Amino acid sequence: MSDIITNILVCGIGGQGVMTAAEILSQTAIAKGFDVKKSEVAGMAQRGGVVTSHVRFGSKVWSPVITPGTADIVVGFELAEGSRWADMLRPGGIAMVNTIRLTPPVVSVGLYKYPDDPVAQMRAAGVTVYDFDAGAIARELGNLRLVNTIMLGAIADYLPFPAADLEEQIVGRFRAKKPAMVEVNQRAFAMGREAARASQQNLAATA
Amino acid sequence: MSAAAVQAQAATRLLLSGNEAIARGVWEAGCKVACAYPGTPSTEILENIALYPDLYAEWSVNEKVSMEVAIGASMSGARSFCAMKHVGMNVASDAFMTLTLAGVVGGMVVAVADDVGLSSSQNEQDSRFWGRFAHVPVLEPADSQEAYEMTKQAFDLSERFNTPVILRLTTRICHVKAMVTVGERDAHPISGFKLDAKRWVLTPANAKFALPRQIAREDSLRAEAEMSELNVVDAGSDKRVGFVTSGPAFMHVRECFPDAPVLKLGFTYPLPVEKIKAFRAQVDKLVVAEETEPLIENELKAAGLYDIHGKDILPRLGELSPAALMPAIAKLLGEEPPPPAAYAKIDPFPRPPTMCPACPHMGVYYTLSRLRKRVQISGDIGCYTLGAGHPWNALDTTISMGASMGIALGMDKARSPETKDKAIISVIGDSTFLHMGMQGLLDIVYNRGNVTTLLLDNRSTGMTGGQNHAGTGKDLHGEEAPRVDFAKLCEALGVKPERIKKVDPYKLPVLFKAIKDEIDVPEPSVIITDQPCVLSEFYDGFKPYAVVDQDCNGCSNCLNVGCPAITVSRTGVRQRPGMPDVELKFTTIDTAMCTGCHMCVDSCGPKAIVPLAQLKEAAQ
Repeated sequence: MSDIITNILVCGIGGQGVMTAAEILSQTAIAKGFDVKKSEVAGMAQRGGVVTSHVRFGSKVWSPVITPGTADIVVGFELAEGSRWADMLRPGGIAMVNTIRLTPPVVSVGLYKYPDDPVAQMRAAGVTVYDFDAGAIARELGNLRLVNTIMLGAIADYLPFPAADLEEQIVGRFRAKKPAMVEVNQRAFAMGREAARASQQNLAATA
Repeated sequence: MSAAAVQAQAATRLLLSGNEAIARGVWEAGCKVACAYPGTPSTEILENIALYPDLYAEWSVNEKVSMEVAIGASMSGARSFCAMKHVGMNVASDAFMTLTLAGVVGGMVVAVADDVGLSSSQNEQDSRFWGRFAHVPVLEPADSQEAYEMTKQAFDLSERFNTPVILRLTTRICHVKAMVTVGERDAHPISGFKLDAKRWVLTPANAKFALPRQIAREDSLRAEAEMSELNVVDAGSDKRVGFVTSGPAFMHVRECFPDAPVLKLGFTYPLPVEKIKAFRAQVDKLVVAEETEPLIENELKAAGLYDIHGKDILPRLGELSPAALMPAIAKLLGEEPPPPAAYAKIDPFPRPPTMCPACPHMGVYYTLSRLRKRVQISGDIGCYTLGAGHPWNALDTTISMGASMGIALGMDKARSPETKDKAIISVIGDSTFLHMGMQGLLDIVYNRGNVTTLLLDNRSTGMTGGQNHAGTGKDLHGEEAPRVDFAKLCEALGVKPERIKKVDPYKLPVLFKAIKDEIDVPEPSVIITDQPCVLSEFYDGFKPYAVVDQDCNGCSNCLNVGCPAITVSRTGVRQRPGMPDVELKFTTIDTAMCTGCHMCVDSCGPKAIVPLAQLKEAAQ
């Protein structure tokens, strides 16, 4: 195993499943024999605030936090949150962003404006962004909680281990407790993967 | 919480947070009594300890009581443990500062978690000071494995040196998950309490005898620290700069400077000054990398090591992350600073924490915001501190746990001509009231203050994740427990029964009238709101509401409730001849988030907010 450390920053809003996604990524890395550190900052309240989790794995991980400019992937569970952390990426890293727009009360009452096009903002800054509506896929599959699995599926082809290992980590959790959820999670994972590929191809076609 | 850690056999490797690792260490050390009051980032230590068999664990009403319970258990010959956040130690310190004179029988470990970077606290104090103040050893783990190991070593140290031991943690220990290899449990049976008045009754005469022993103990601990394997030198190959560091800062240093000599301190008080002096001689420049206060640095300078660096080049506040370390060290070595990150920072808008949809606190703050000009509002610590923010702006002070009532009384006794007619309100939650608030209310009553207290009883320690307390009717394990009657308690403290009102905070007109009535009465009164936290087991959701679009007049009153489920669907402008233009905001309710508390219904003039089911029926 080389000295290369993989840095993944998962971000979103309290209650969206950011911590769970980071936990599943970490457990997959452990199963592949990596040393892992996972750091969480949940802010003050349980819900509604900015949430990030840093997942780092490699042969030996020291610091639990990702240094700005060194993240391989930023996984944004929400559009503006993805843009907020995009500067954490290393040159050539990718931002995988769910295009759902969740408006906080400070925006609703008019104190701040939600940017019109955060994806365009990120691309203008030079960031490689793959974006798609994970919420729409989840609704199609009939369960909004599947966003988590969809987003993990989306990054599965950009990790230093096979997508099947990540999928097995997710599905294994359900096989034990809720076998009825296995198939729909497999579909969610596959659809997330497909959506990310489609976005990548779109981007390549327009470049 | 990690049930896997509880079931893990010895030699198993697991991904554990520092808090989970400490819980395992406490159990393996044969600890018999463990207690805490919840406080970020330390809360999960006790939640995890509660999962282990064969030890007593409790939520205590505050940190001082948890310290005292641990002291009583230690006096009785049981290994004991208490955990708290940094500010909790301020509360517990009265008991602690005398315990340090008396010493321990069963090993006693006090875990104190500092919120470096202030993710969820009112200050950023450095708990390493307690070691110097109380003459007790301080151990500082740098990751989960060390947190687990040092917990066990702390119990041994405690018994060997007849002293409580501080295990100093930070958020980056508590809330970082890393690999831990666990071990087996030691027995440590309880030896029982033995009468020894000279030792346990700390009258001045007895305490005088204990003082020299305490000083002598500190000297032996200093010698121990010099020898301790917890203070390790990694000689390194690049001698241009060496580091003395502890806690998570060590991990960041190792990450950034893999070839640098490092003296990693785990046993940080008493400070092994001789060991550090020897290390100093091996490197060109020495940097003390310690988070927040320059304790080690100052102590080294006092010991004659002047030619060292610390806070002259590193930040005084917050974490010493790689982003903070690398430019500072590059500058010290006269090197180019590391290049900036590749991409520009995008800062869309702030997203401060919000109250949850249907949070009963929102009704209180919506009501207070309507009385804003008439009231001064002394606040307290909990989710309801968010009332200081938008859209309510209805909380004027927050200092410490339970301070709302004492501060309100002080404001009442120090009125200026401008504020003499203002009503003074204190706002406090149920758990905080039981923690440190009761005394403040008693002081208001006793000293005939004119304060209206809003006791927001949501049957939960909400901010830290919904822990039980003496007012929820459940204990740490979720078992049935005696439940405080807040109205009776306030009456017993001397508030007149007719001045104590229980109100449903979802009924905004009723709440509004209750507050208005009570602030008009010039004597102590208490309004108790009684809807449970929406995240607690006591909450039953109602059916969601929706906005009838054609009935919405865009007045945006409902947005002032502050509910995150209500958002703007479209905007407009109302123009009337001779009148200024009014910006209109038409709203919509996210039915997936709405839990039907109906507070926004009361705020809506045109009655455009109706049950979703009714809207669907009308559509058919």
